[in-house]
Amino acid sequence: MVDMIERYNMAPEARVIDTRVRLGNIELKNPVIPASGTFGYGAEMAELYDLNLLGGIAVKGTTRNSRFGNDTPRIAEAPCGLVNSVGLQNPGIEQVAAVELPRLASLCQIPILANISGFSKEEYVACARRLDQSKEATILEVNISCPNVHGGGSVFGTDAKAAAEITAAIRAVTGKPIYMKLSPNVTDIVEIAKACEASGADGISMINTFSAMRIDICKRRPVLANVTGGLSGPAVFPIALRMVNQVFHGVKIPVIGMGGITTAEDVIEMIMAGATAVQIGAANLVNPFACRDVILALPEIMDKLQINDLEEIRGII
Amino acid sequence: MGTINESTAKAMNLGIKAKVKTDNCEILSNRLIAASTWEMTLTCDTAVFTAPGQFVNVQVEGCYLRRPLSVCHAGEGVLTLVYKVVGKGTKIMAAKEPGEELNLLYPLGNGFDTTCCKSESERIVLIGGGVGLPPLYGLAKKLIEEGQRPELLMGFGSADEIFYEAEFKNLGIPVGIATMDGSRGIKGTVLAAAEGRTWNRLFACGPEAMLQGVRDLAPEGQFSFESRMGCGFGVCMGCSCRTKYGDKRICVDGPVLSKEEIIW
Repeated sequence: MVDMIERYNMAPEARVIDTRVRLGNIELKNPVIPASGTFGYGAEMAELYDLNLLGGIAVKGTTRNSRFGNDTPRIAEAPCGLVNSVGLQNPGIEQVAAVELPRLASLCQIPILANISGFSKEEYVACARRLDQSKEATILEVNISCPNVHGGGSVFGTDAKAAAEITAAIRAVTGKPIYMKLSPNVTDIVEIAKACEASGADGISMINTFSAMRIDICKRRPVLANVTGGLSGPAVFPIALRMVNQVFHGVKIPVIGMGGITTAEDVIEMIMAGATAVQIGAANLVNPFACRDVILALPEIMDKLQINDLEEIRGII
Repeated sequence: MGTINESTAKAMNLGIKAKVKTDNCEILSNRLIAASTWEMTLTCDTAVFTAPGQFVNVQVEGCYLRRPLSVCHAGEGVLTLVYKVVGKGTKIMAAKEPGEELNLLYPLGNGFDTTCCKSESERIVLIGGGVGLPPLYGLAKKLIEEGQRPELLMGFGSADEIFYEAEFKNLGIPVGIATMDGSRGIKGTVLAAAEGRTWNRLFACGPEAMLQGVRDLAPEGQFSFESRMGCGFGVCMGCSCRTKYGDKRICVDGPVLSKEEIIW
């Protein structure tokens, strides 16, 4: 404590700002991770800036077999956000494990969160088993919350018992850290987070998008071909913050907080709510440099708020 | 699928990838040129555009997602956009005054590939429907610079929607006009303006129904597609489409697709 006070009293230019965070025993140089589905497999973004700036990278969600996804339109505007119904378009786990992850690893040396999804317990297990053999995948992020595929992941993410079953089944086939990505479309997210924790999850990723829709009033039909989609963007940030805070107080494992984060101030707020690291999603689509800009702004805002180490503020609320 | 010839292989990966950037661009002019149709010019690093038919993503305050707009013309530091007021974003754009700035993300998309036009005797037609017309202006200029003599067919709903007729005629190319209500030119779709003629090669931009309607006016063709996009640079999978050569993203693998790859 004395040491902290001494550090606060140092001249700003002398203060050492430490943006590092730890997800279990994995160190990130900063807490900012682009969210799954908003960064592809990194190749397009690597042309824009050095991915080594990032704390980590969560790649596009992968299923056992390749999927084209939903019909278009898949994107609709919303006040302070967007509704998407991409529907898990991906080239399948083999292509991701054999081609996409090695390519990403050749572009940067940062922890990779390989995101998997499925339509059955067997599919999740098959994906996890394959990624367990991948030397590039640092963390398995398990999407049990996609709202855009019928009979898909969210079935498992809206029921504590089913979430626990998937967690345990994946735990049984991999020694890699497992982060369960939760849906906000539930009555009690803490109960589901606790069930994941009890079944061997190493952490919680939250939140996925909110089930939503838009209607084209001229055409008198839904904007999205899939009718419904998932809402993300700054519109959901206050709800995400509340949910992360509730889960932080309900579990002992780390929480990766996400939902509408756009600025370095949002990152601070999310960490104060209890997040160990954060993901930035929708903002990448509007500004491809969003993650970079937030990371570059973070030390300055920490300095301004007299934060030397993000551990000082984690879950202070 | 058969073998893929050189021009097809090229069409599969049109244009050269350039670094995408964001810039605050100053509006030089913004004027109404036809019914609900505006022409805006902005200062811009135009040297980064590699082909006509590329697009920019415009950030409009009060709207979350950027608005993709095709480039009408880019050169000597001035970017020309022609857009129709169809919703909230374009309405805000229309109210902008010279001197104000807009944040643009660019250059995006592949654009039209003119290197496939080898013979100078090739008969080329450009076909534009409504606000699908603007990118054909930059394309026409480029083709003429390269020694081609393209013709243009333009289709509109009615006479008050017609724009850029003089601009195209000033390039010295024949211009055929069709309007749905017959208030100018030939009555009917832009297909009617073809009057039964065919060409060696066509470049088209407009609504999908129009693209489909004109596709057989030439054996070779490039078609610029519209799509609702999330990002515009290939990461969100919002604008995916199926082609004969696999799944593509309209924003980075398009918006221009070649005739032989399109599944209608």
